[in-house]
Amino acid sequence: MFARLTRFAAAAVLGMAATIAHAEERVVNVYNWSDYIAKDTLEKFTKETGIKVNYDTYGENEALEAKLLAGKSGYDVVFPSASPFFAHQVKAGVYQKLDQAKIPNAKGLSKETMASLAKVDPGNAFGVPYMIAATGIGYNVDMVKKVMPDAPTGSWAMLFDPAVASRLKSCGVSLLDTPTEAVPAMLAFQGRDPMEQTKESLDAVMGALAPLRGNYRFIHSEKYRDALASGDICVAHGYVGDLVQVRERAAKAKKPQTIAIAIPKEGAIVNIDVMAIPADAPHADEAHAFINFILRPDIVAEITNETGYANAVPAADTLVDEALSKDPVIYPPQEMQAKLYTAPPPAGLDFDRARARAWSKFKAAKK
Amino acid sequence: MRVATWRRDLGRKALLAVPYAWLVLFFLLPFLIVAKISLSESRVGIPPYEPMVQADGLHVTAQGFAQLFVDDLYVGAYLNSLTIAGLATLLCLLIGYPMALAIARAREDRRGPLLMLVILPFWTSFLIRVYAWMGILKDEGLLNHLLMALGLISEPLVILNTDIAVYVGIVYSYLPFMVLPLYATLEKLDPSLLEAAADLGARPWRAFLSVTLPLSVPGIVAGSLLVFIPAVGEYVIPGLLGGGDTNMLGTALWDVFSLTRDWPGAAALAVAMLAALVVPIAVFQRLQSRLEREGER
Repeated sequence: MFARLTRFAAAAVLGMAATIAHAEERVVNVYNWSDYIAKDTLEKFTKETGIKVNYDTYGENEALEAKLLAGKSGYDVVFPSASPFFAHQVKAGVYQKLDQAKIPNAKGLSKETMASLAKVDPGNAFGVPYMIAATGIGYNVDMVKKVMPDAPTGSWAMLFDPAVASRLKSCGVSLLDTPTEAVPAMLAFQGRDPMEQTKESLDAVMGALAPLRGNYRFIHSEKYRDALASGDICVAHGYVGDLVQVRERAAKAKKPQTIAIAIPKEGAIVNIDVMAIPADAPHADEAHAFINFILRPDIVAEITNETGYANAVPAADTLVDEALSKDPVIYPPQEMQAKLYTAPPPAGLDFDRARARAWSKFKAAKK
Repeated sequence: MRVATWRRDLGRKALLAVPYAWLVLFFLLPFLIVAKISLSESRVGIPPYEPMVQADGLHVTAQGFAQLFVDDLYVGAYLNSLTIAGLATLLCLLIGYPMALAIARAREDRRGPLLMLVILPFWTSFLIRVYAWMGILKDEGLLNHLLMALGLISEPLVILNTDIAVYVGIVYSYLPFMVLPLYATLEKLDPSLLEAAADLGARPWRAFLSVTLPLSVPGIVAGSLLVFIPAVGEYVIPGLLGGGDTNMLGTALWDVFSLTRDWPGAAALAVAMLAALVVPIAVFQRLQSRLEREGER
């Protein structure tokens, strides 16, 4: 009888302990781009902090934004691109101010990156940089050489000079399907301020783009990866992070293709993906701990090594594979960095509407 | 006796209530929410539109609808969607009718497997099937390799990223929706009607035109609607197989939603699209049922 009682009591105590442990189990809900972290990052984080990570992924900024703007997403850490997405979301009140005291590793972030991020988030109050990649041009070296041996491969002229684009057309040219990339690129090609967002500059860009429409085999933000890797197109407007992966894949393909990447000399957009905490995040403390962990040089270097994207922690540079850190399209040299700019924040609904409409019309014009 | 009828009535009503409840919950309610957003004012915030009822009164605007008619972009997209969906439906009918007829006339033990073959593609994801077409239609793809190996062409045909590829994708994807209702109608046709026609001297072609075809009209209508309606709003196929110049309502809607974050504008386009589709279809249905009733009389 007594033995049975003790056993009962022991079970009860154990049960209670389990409940307490359960109540104290710390979790963080992370929503990140797909293929955008190292294999064991999450495991290491849980091992060191005891915080369990629920990890979801998305493929497009729009998918994240729709969830955030609808509210109560339930996520604690998200990774929007700085502009126009993060910029707009900050204005919409989506995020909470970061508690800098809980992110001591943020002190190790590159001053330059923080400064360009501050253009869309004054004082870096709401986000810290995660990974960085420019937008540029990927091209098939042999196919381009065959069609146009003297092609200006280091320039936006590949896409926007009628004399060049009309020749490259025969081996296939593609554009990214977003005016937030195409419009500043065209402005840079025209020698204007790529950050300009006026009706006049928009008209100038769309006027120059309209007669070029027939040269673009397709306008799409994802299809170019397969098409370029398999030799179906020869020039693609694309995200350098994606293009690096395309270059690798194309080299290993059954029919190997040599893909080269250029960040155009006229200047290009640099996309900073940001880590931020939604205002209604259920686990803000854990979110801060997660961000702080990611910003540790050894951790962020592993992510760079696996994804091929540059990070914004200078102390991590020596830990990054040399093949990556010496690659000028991943870690642009000083003189190129001066020509990289963050996309301008949204100018307002009227301009956005005019630009979206002009873009839809440009796309819809028959080839 | 009375009670029994009353009970039967109640049972029938309860059974009918199920699909109605389904429609209200999963169609009407979401639609009303979208309709409400379409009349709201845009703002920068969560959610990205003003609440309709506020302390200072009702906030309602038709701005979202007004911007649809600023120029011919969306009207063009609407007409283009109707054209593409209409032509694709016609192609589905031309391909699907002989298929359905062949299955319906096949030996009874073969019909099951044949129908299975029609349904089989549904076991793979729609997206993967569209991607497979990219592999078939591209310049260095299966089709071009085959045609070149046969010596029919010397240069690869550019099919991918054109409207032709969009048609191929839509016809392929929606063909089963045409074949199945057609088969259901054709299979029920009494073969003795055709025998009677033959006895009266009608050649097979004549018998088909004056017996089989008229009797299969309900199947044609059902199949055409099942293909036409989703094809009008198609978004994935023009995106992946087209070259970006296929201006359809689905793609236009996505541009508004993603490029401007203008939820009311995008909602207005969605409501307008639905109205522009549902109204003609409802009128058509009503006309058809009236004709049928008159035919019975």
